[in-house]
Amino acid sequence: MTSNSPATLAELREGEEACLDRIDLPEPEARRLMELGFLPGTRIAAARSSPFGDPRVFRVDGSEVALRRETAARLMVRESADIRGG
Amino acid sequence: MSNVPSSSAVVAAHAPEASSASRTVALVGPPNSGKSTLFNRLTGLRQKVANYPGVTVEKRLGRTSLQGQDVLLVDLPGVYSLEPRTEDEQVTHDLLRGRMDDVPKPDAVVLIVDVTNLGRQLTLAGPILSLGLPTLVVLNMADDLKRRGGTVDVDALAEQVGTPVALVSARTGEGLSAVGEFLQGALGVPRPVELPIISNVPSCRQWSAELGKRARYRAPLPSNWTRRLDGVFLHPVAGPLIFVMVVLAVFQTIFQAAVPLMDGVETMIAVSGGWLQSALPESWFRSLLIEGIWGGVGSVVVFLPQILLLFIFIGVLEDSGYMARAALIADRTMAKVGLEGKSFIPLISAYACAIPAILSTRTIANQRDRMATILIAPFMTCSARLPVYTLVIAAFIPEEPVYARTATMIGLYLLGFVAAVLTAAVLKSSVLKSARTPFLLEMPSYRMPTLRSIGLRLLDRAKIFLRRAGTVIMATTIVLWFLASVPLQNGEPPEIAESVAGAIGRTMEPIIEPLGFNWRIGIGIITSLAAREVIVGTLGTIYGMEADEGSLELQSALQSDLTLPGAIALLIYFAFAMQCMSTVAVVRRETGGWKWAIIQFVYMTALGYVCAFAAYRILS
Repeated sequence: MTSNSPATLAELREGEEACLDRIDLPEPEARRLMELGFLPGTRIAAARSSPFGDPRVFRVDGSEVALRRETAARLMVRESADIRGG
Repeated sequence: MSNVPSSSAVVAAHAPEASSASRTVALVGPPNSGKSTLFNRLTGLRQKVANYPGVTVEKRLGRTSLQGQDVLLVDLPGVYSLEPRTEDEQVTHDLLRGRMDDVPKPDAVVLIVDVTNLGRQLTLAGPILSLGLPTLVVLNMADDLKRRGGTVDVDALAEQVGTPVALVSARTGEGLSAVGEFLQGALGVPRPVELPIISNVPSCRQWSAELGKRARYRAPLPSNWTRRLDGVFLHPVAGPLIFVMVVLAVFQTIFQAAVPLMDGVETMIAVSGGWLQSALPESWFRSLLIEGIWGGVGSVVVFLPQILLLFIFIGVLEDSGYMARAALIADRTMAKVGLEGKSFIPLISAYACAIPAILSTRTIANQRDRMATILIAPFMTCSARLPVYTLVIAAFIPEEPVYARTATMIGLYLLGFVAAVLTAAVLKSSVLKSARTPFLLEMPSYRMPTLRSIGLRLLDRAKIFLRRAGTVIMATTIVLWFLASVPLQNGEPPEIAESVAGAIGRTMEPIIEPLGFNWRIGIGIITSLAAREVIVGTLGTIYGMEADEGSLELQSALQSDLTLPGAIALLIYFAFAMQCMSTVAVVRRETGGWKWAIIQFVYMTALGYVCAFAAYRILS
């Protein structure tokens, strides 16, 4: 695939995964996300979304956490990798 | 509820005189790791458990006696760290630091983690061990770990953390003896080990990853069931469709399947009442017993089977893990009115009762969102409305076409939900406007609800219902019976219309007459301020006292009192009005004053009045 790498978690499509680079949110919220496993350097996979497209469930650090698009858009990622058949 | 001494499931031996000063042990762990399940196992209590994060929002105390060692166990809300963000997390934080007035600083800590995701869950181990208290690490959900092919070396982990570790399944009881041994043993302070920088999440996580590695932790395979079920429940088409079908099935069952059971209870009450009537001599006492209590309390107790059926569904919803999915599906709607999806969980629990729902808003981090959720929760159709709705619907809505009654019931549930959402929209765009806090919700794995847990829920629910019938409803019924029996006229009880109760009802009549209600309904509205279902008991008592010979069936008696538009108005009034003093009291406590409690009471009651009036005008 030659598509542009997504820059934020919100741009990941179901089945895609990426590596979290940084969290662009104020300290308390960023901290809570980190406690839930969203640590820079962690691989995160996009799983199912709600039937209406938002929020989406992300697989991170062994568990599944739902985030709204507006929050996912503040989580910057690098180098995405397609999971085949996604 | 708390401080109930009880024998332990672990060690039953008992030697009270040897008991030293009781020690306090706190159960700590991430949300949904099974703290309350373990607490219930150890104390024999029945703290509420369910499969979603944030079930426990306050501390709960329970005693367990282990070979003369009296242990005070404290069940606590789940936390991800020792940096509290919400009110429920604050409780755990304060207790561990010994800042509670009513509970001493714990002598020891039991850290409970979900072993199926050890690395992440042990992120909390660093902060907890840094407290320097004697600690037992409990790896819970051993059954899940085994089934899905994961392993862990318990001894190696104990070596790494410098404190005992036990692999258990609180659900099945497997491995609990180790917990008992810890609780009764000499509590040793953990051997000092190198801890991470506890205020730094990455450092804690890295440390726990290292622990996992040294303990040769092999993570279990992902739960296939969870992915498969989410594939269906969160499917763009199938998901909403299944949701609607489940709702229809629930209502149809509550109506259809409940009928024979309710008839059974009704027969039992009628037969026992008839037996008492013939066994006792004619007296005021017999009248109080038969017309007052049997007629009043009995007509409410009839609804027990229906309420239990509703709770089977609520139990399955909560124990299976679907609740979190429902919150996910509802989030878009919630976002539109300015609330977060997490508010949806209290709103769903409000279908049972607004009071626990209002307590569970403590998990909402944003204070204004929390306040808005408290203010709208009582609009959700609680189980106390069910008897009122069922009675009025059965009396006025024809049985044919088949779905007419079910549709009316669903309509009323929707009405409550719409009122809640619109009220939230108004609040969140005005007085309770706030910046949006991120919605974060951990999705629990699906679990098969066990017969045992559903059975226990029903038992507890039946107890609560019967206790209400035996206290609030019985008390209002007795007061009503007396007020309806005085003043005596020529030594005889008056016609009810001439009694004190009747006078109260008739004083009210001009106010409620525009809604199509007469003075009997007026009395019911007043008594049911105590609790909504009381109106059913009140009408049962009034009709019972009025009937010359034998009691008239409640439904047909009601038909002579109300027209169809009046009946619809009554339903709408009960959908909106705040007819529940316990809720008012809890709102006052949770919002820290009378202000919001009074605003809410006035608003809901006024809305009920205006909408009932409009409905009555339009329909007649």
